[in-house]
Amino acid sequence: MSTKPQDLEALVGQKYRHGFVTDIESDTFPPGLDEDVIRALSHKKREPAFMLEWRLKAYRHWLTMQEPRWARVHYNPIDYQAISYYSAPKPKANAPKSLEEVDPKLLETYAKLGIPLHERAKLAGVAVDAVFDSVSVATTFKERLKQAGVIFMPISEAIQQHPDLVEQYLGSVVPHTDNFFASLNSAVFTDGSFVYVPRGVRCPMELSTYFRINAAKTGQFERTLIIADAGSYVSYLEGCTAPMRDENQLHAAVVELVALDDAQIKYATVQNWYPGDEQGRGGIYNFVTKRGDCRGRNSRISWTQVETGSAITWKYPSCILRGENSIGEFYSVAVANNYQQADTGTKMIHIGANTRSTIISKGISAGHGQNTYRGLVKILPSAAGARNFTQCDSLLMGDQCGAHTFPYVEVRNATATAEHEATTSRIGDDQLFYCQQRGLSEEDAVNMIVSGFCKSVFKELPMEFAVEAQNLLSVSLEGAVG
Amino acid sequence: MTEPLLKICDLTVAASGKTILNGLNLELPVGEVHALMGPNGSGKSTLAQVLAGRSDYAIVRGTVSYQGRDLLAMPAEERAHAGVFLGFQYPVEIPGVNNVYLLKAALNAQRKARGEPEVDAFEFLGLVREKMKLMRMDESFLNRGVNEGFSGGEKKRNEILQLLVLEPTLAILDETDSGLDIDALKVVADGINTLRRAERSFLLVTHYQRLLNYVQPDRVHVLADGRVVKSGDRTLALELEQRGYDWVRAQAKVA
Repeated sequence: MSTKPQDLEALVGQKYRHGFVTDIESDTFPPGLDEDVIRALSHKKREPAFMLEWRLKAYRHWLTMQEPRWARVHYNPIDYQAISYYSAPKPKANAPKSLEEVDPKLLETYAKLGIPLHERAKLAGVAVDAVFDSVSVATTFKERLKQAGVIFMPISEAIQQHPDLVEQYLGSVVPHTDNFFASLNSAVFTDGSFVYVPRGVRCPMELSTYFRINAAKTGQFERTLIIADAGSYVSYLEGCTAPMRDENQLHAAVVELVALDDAQIKYATVQNWYPGDEQGRGGIYNFVTKRGDCRGRNSRISWTQVETGSAITWKYPSCILRGENSIGEFYSVAVANNYQQADTGTKMIHIGANTRSTIISKGISAGHGQNTYRGLVKILPSAAGARNFTQCDSLLMGDQCGAHTFPYVEVRNATATAEHEATTSRIGDDQLFYCQQRGLSEEDAVNMIVSGFCKSVFKELPMEFAVEAQNLLSVSLEGAVG
Repeated sequence: MTEPLLKICDLTVAASGKTILNGLNLELPVGEVHALMGPNGSGKSTLAQVLAGRSDYAIVRGTVSYQGRDLLAMPAEERAHAGVFLGFQYPVEIPGVNNVYLLKAALNAQRKARGEPEVDAFEFLGLVREKMKLMRMDESFLNRGVNEGFSGGEKKRNEILQLLVLEPTLAILDETDSGLDIDALKVVADGINTLRRAERSFLLVTHYQRLLNYVQPDRVHVLADGRVVKSGDRTLALELEQRGYDWVRAQAKVA
């Protein structure tokens, strides 16, 4: 843990002001949404007919829907006709040619986060041909995945190359009618990731490693589909601890996971989108639908998320525990600092017998941040012997922030067990003084207390990211106490 | 005569508008052990906290010089780096933070500030194991959260463990003896005695003279109404044990 005397919050803000304001020359549709826009989009992406049909169905359904208002978040109305639904960025002519041309402040943040050297150039937007290392690394990864039979590609390519798999599984977990934002996403999504792990295969690497180096620009309506066939295993990390370059305010992504018999999917998210400035202006609205379907017996899906970015987060990674003995897990750290609002949690739907779920949620509120945990545990009559354990802890820093917990528990089978524990605590002056009296600086003391609080979630992250996530948290909370 | 390690002059301190320390004078020479006794509410713990750098108190007037430096001008962590250690009366719990991790971070923060090389994990573990043996602490203490679920006695032993590892120049122990059974008291006293050196000073804040049977002080001071009203050798502690505090107070008022 290093100590920097200067105000890093100001530094993080600066990076956003100076980093990414250059015009991007791109192939962009005019703003607005109607059936013709969707047809044009589908045509541009050379999609098979079933995709266009599905998009149009979703769009027509979306027109009948209302934007949800039940979340504990406040924002100005979004004008959906003011958004451009297709934009293919071309390589920037004026992109930095090497790390020497990149804003040193941005590089400083990368260093503080512990991002490996060879990735920094890519993340900073240095033109690809100027990046010496990552291209060859990525090629090696590609070769290894191919040998194992794992399909991992942009979903736009999968739609063309594996239409049968996409048609079978797309929308099978999050249907095109699911909710306002998911329906919109189904109609207009442009890209995302597709993963298929064949029967009995253990994916030979953390897909995160590959993903990060290829840091695909997936745009604001991202669609991800991961299928783990019987007896397979895959671990996937989405996002990045590095501040994300992004000019879209609304993000409405959908992630679908399917685990067949004895299969396991670990899905981790580390999200650090622009949260808005200290007064709460700007910042990303992150309205995401993430759901995993434990379709097979003994299958297992775990969601781990570290949410430090976005102005507004509306996100409930969920598990449908259909298969007998299947297991769903949700581990979450959500930070709301300055004027950030987070309404996040999970749904565990127990359908199969002896299904089990664990929910560990850690909310940290600082500044004027508002952090809400909203969770549903639903045990259906068919789920004999089902078990759930939920733990929701909130940590408050300062006296202007808020923590709210809305747990819903519905148990319809008398043999099921559901446990719920919740705590709220405050970083106390006593704790800080104790650490400082032993010689730690205030920042190091805060970091230590916060990471202790988040420990049970961090240990679920892939090792290299656990360290970065911890660093990210300290950057996000810099100056929050005192 | 050499300059004392700690020299407190006319220290007057208030909290929430109430005066707690009122013109306190005290000198602690290098290498000596002084006991600070006094009735409840006399300001003993406040003095300990103020010396360690707690910022909740308003310094009304007075000076504190430590190794010739203006102690009150230094932030808490700088005092720690300069060798000031406070053994807390009520050590706080820090859930999820490994006990040994805090201790290692503390030691390295102090070493770094003094320009010494940081100790690595192996070196540190060896050191801490040796000290734990001395304190008769179980290995499981290493991996528990800081004071998390510790009994009162365990917390106090943990404070002395930190003392042994950090090896401060000035150790202020705030009622480290309270709430200890006789066996634990002996262990704690042994811990303190192993650290007694010509270059290290102790300020033992205590209610009872019990601890002083095991750790023999060079001087005993009695604090009442926010100032030192009587000082003497260790026989003063015995006298206090027999006669209580009222006579000292009465004497002070007359004088």
